[in-house]
Amino acid sequence: MSYTVTTQTSASRVAAIAGAIGIVVLIALPFFAGRGTIQDMFFILTMLVLAQFWNLLAGYGGLVSIGQQAFVGMGAYAMFGVVILMGFDPVPSILLGGVAALIVAVPTAFFAFRLNGAYFAIGTWVIAEVVRLLVAQWKTLGGGTGTSLPRDATRDMWFVELIQDMLGVRSAAARDILAYWLALILALATIGGIYWLLRTRRGLALAAVRDNTEAAKSVGVDAGRMKWIVFLTSAFGTGLAGALIYMQKARISPDAAFSVTDWTAYVIFIVVIGGIGTIEGPILGVLVFFALQSLLADFGSWYLMTLGVLAIVIMLVAPRGLWGLVSERTGLHLFPIRRTLSGGKLTSSED
Amino acid sequence: MIWVDTLLQGILLGGLYALFASGLSLVFGIMRLVNLAHGDLIVMAAYLILVLVTLLGLSPFVAVLTAMPVMFGIGWGLQKFLLNRTLEDDILPPLLVTFGLSIALQNALLEGFSADSQRLPTNALTTASVDVGPIALGVMPLLTFASAVLVIVGLNQLFYRTELGRAFRATSDDATTASLMGIKPANIFATATGIALVIVTIAALYLGLRANFDPNIGPARLIYAFEAVIIGGLGSLWGTLLGGIIIGVAQTVGAAINPEWQILAGHVAFLIVLLVRPRGLFPRAND
Amino acid sequence: MALLQTQGLVAHYGDFQALFGVDIALNEAETVAIIGANGAGKTTLMRSIAGVLRNAAQAVTYDGTPIGAHPADEIMAQGVAMVPEGRKLFPSLSVEENLLIGTYGRKVEGHWNLNTVYDLFPILGERRHNPGTALSGGQQQMVAIGRALMSNPRVLLCDEISLGLAPVVIKDIYKAIPQIKAAGASMIVVEQDIAQAMAVADRVYCMMEGRVTLSGTPDTLSRDDIHNAYFGASH
Ligand SMILES: Nc1ncnc2c1ncn2[C@@H]1O[C@H](COP(=O)(O)OP(=O)(O)OP(=O)(O)O)[C@@H](O)[C@H]1O
Ligand SMILES: [Mg+2]
Repeated sequence: MSYTVTTQTSASRVAAIAGAIGIVVLIALPFFAGRGTIQDMFFILTMLVLAQFWNLLAGYGGLVSIGQQAFVGMGAYAMFGVVILMGFDPVPSILLGGVAALIVAVPTAFFAFRLNGAYFAIGTWVIAEVVRLLVAQWKTLGGGTGTSLPRDATRDMWFVELIQDMLGVRSAAARDILAYWLALILALATIGGIYWLLRTRRGLALAAVRDNTEAAKSVGVDAGRMKWIVFLTSAFGTGLAGALIYMQKARISPDAAFSVTDWTAYVIFIVVIGGIGTIEGPILGVLVFFALQSLLADFGSWYLMTLGVLAIVIMLVAPRGLWGLVSERTGLHLFPIRRTLSGGKLTSSED
Repeated sequence: MIWVDTLLQGILLGGLYALFASGLSLVFGIMRLVNLAHGDLIVMAAYLILVLVTLLGLSPFVAVLTAMPVMFGIGWGLQKFLLNRTLEDDILPPLLVTFGLSIALQNALLEGFSADSQRLPTNALTTASVDVGPIALGVMPLLTFASAVLVIVGLNQLFYRTELGRAFRATSDDATTASLMGIKPANIFATATGIALVIVTIAALYLGLRANFDPNIGPARLIYAFEAVIIGGLGSLWGTLLGGIIIGVAQTVGAAINPEWQILAGHVAFLIVLLVRPRGLFPRAND
Repeated sequence: MALLQTQGLVAHYGDFQALFGVDIALNEAETVAIIGANGAGKTTLMRSIAGVLRNAAQAVTYDGTPIGAHPADEIMAQGVAMVPEGRKLFPSLSVEENLLIGTYGRKVEGHWNLNTVYDLFPILGERRHNPGTALSGGQQQMVAIGRALMSNPRVLLCDEISLGLAPVVIKDIYKAIPQIKAAGASMIVVEQDIAQAMAVADRVYCMMEGRVTLSGTPDTLSRDDIHNAYFGASH
């Protein structure tokens, strides 16, 4: 008797087709959408990237970090650094931002992995504070008040002229479109990459690590190594997103770039509301988050209060988030990770 | 001589951090729960004292006595009806719920009291200082430090000399077996958080008397508290005091070298301890 | 009417069903032994009675009232104490504190107090200030029994008090049982050591795979009956 092991479901095939159409629309978006829409979409996509990486850490790796702002800020500052001090072009400098975040992640992990669970969470936060305070000492980049990208660096940025000509828009709008396309590439690569990682043997072992480090050890999963891989991957991706976000903003300060609210609290809410431990969750979460923000942002602190309370309620009544509710009701999995076995019945050999 | 002065100021500042940390340490020791809203609860208590002072015209020291039972009740209810529901093996729910609570609380305070910084009214006593040889020590820092020591002595008495303390330790060891002794773990946990918030109220008094506060400063207090707890070793109250002192001294020494380095120096001291003694200075045997 | 009784008691661990309708009864002043192979469900039965596992209200009756749905602390407060399997002393508490915690939040009248427990197990008096877990296995078992006695229970549930102990130590511990009975407790004793169980019990229940397969008085049960009830008839 033969067995076939698949991770595909028919829903996921439909989703793949719908997804492909969606991607084409997203790529073409700047041809028919206004600048406001492009900026909103940029925000959604970059938050989605941050959320996917936090989800990889916490939802799959069991590593609840409250210090992701360290990598956003470090990526952004490294990008500003090489542009301002060495005259690099901002676009390729984004990659250096990712690398810088990766470099900071090594000592961070070294310290934070000495702490468990909740203490790991606060430990990452402390380190993010340390990085912020150190960067605020970096006087050539404006110290505590921050700085802007030089005008010629943004004007002569790669691809901007090309986009101006192609779409007939002004330089500022062209920069937004460039940032949007880069964010789209980053988001797709993130989702694809994480999906791929989770379907590898290693990735499947991740769940085992999250659920029980001791048990995972006993079946031969190197939990320590998986933690490192997940942590460094997340740092790199978060750094890229940070650099990209600040390339679009073109102005930076330590308090903004290392903000725990903007780069970690929001991200946690997105993942918790959408559904932790799934790829679909953060996608749904970021859409809900954006909708809430559009509706409630004028109410300032009421908005954040609502988010906080919503996260508490969801954690208590539906810990798998909105996507968890959806897939429970419908059995839908757009990114199936679990392998399903078909072709025969398994009988346990002995009891 | 200036260095002796700096050192003494740092030690006294450590008393404040130990007060921030004791409640955190207590709750962690009993139910392995880290409350990420701890700092915001300190700030909330400071506002509660402020309201009592301004509305009823009480002295801050009387207001704090009034605030204590209120804060105990809030802690008890918070634990009983919210946090107890998160106490399972999974580490995500308690972290995410208390994080949500932290953000919600911060913004509720912002809504209620605006972002303006506030201060509890001081009087001649609280701004006075005593001369110890050539060094002048503020009465306020001395009171803070004495309160921290008193709180820790009191908690140790409670833990090791009373029936409730026995129940705390038993429940912390094994909640199921404790329930076979007639103990209600849910109530024990609620009581522990209630007591933690009473300590938080004491901490809030000194926070508000010594410096300005606003709704956003909670997370930083949480971080100092956390550092003190980790340096001391999880669950050791005297260790927590020492941890607070180490952070305090590092901060004042850092500030003496360059005012911008104050906070950074505290964090660096924490990281160094973490490097050389990952389990803190006085680790508990069975953790 | 029995002092304590289970009726159609079932228990589950997740999807796994561990008890399938267990009926047992304990009369006033009686000692009942429950025997059965590993995994038969003896501990599960004790935990269900003590309220660690919740049941339907009617599944357990004590002193005429249904207590199946009560939490462990309330059942304890009503007079049902348990010596849990594996002793379960509190490592942060000294021997004396381990005993004292047995009366948490209550003043109880009766024969048992610190002094009488120390009389019953004199070694505990000598080691009263040691951490409970610094004692030998037999001494720890004495603490666990003493801790349950401190509340002067009407019903004492003992889950494998001989587990992992040398025969001489078991003898020592079982020597205490007549005194415990004399002080007024009715007992359910879970045992793997059949001879030991038969010696102290007025009645015996034998369990297999979550069911009671045999019951009777020690003198009426033959070795073959017990063997079959223990392992199933096919062995
Ligand atoms: N916490 C648990 N989770 C899942 N299954 C359990 C649990 N505890 C016990 N079981 C299962 O329930 C059944 C009955 O277990 P129980 O401990 O009641 O047996 P027992 O008769 O006390 O055995 P022993 O003589 O070994 O103590 C066993 O099959 C056991 O594997
Ligand atoms: Mg058993």
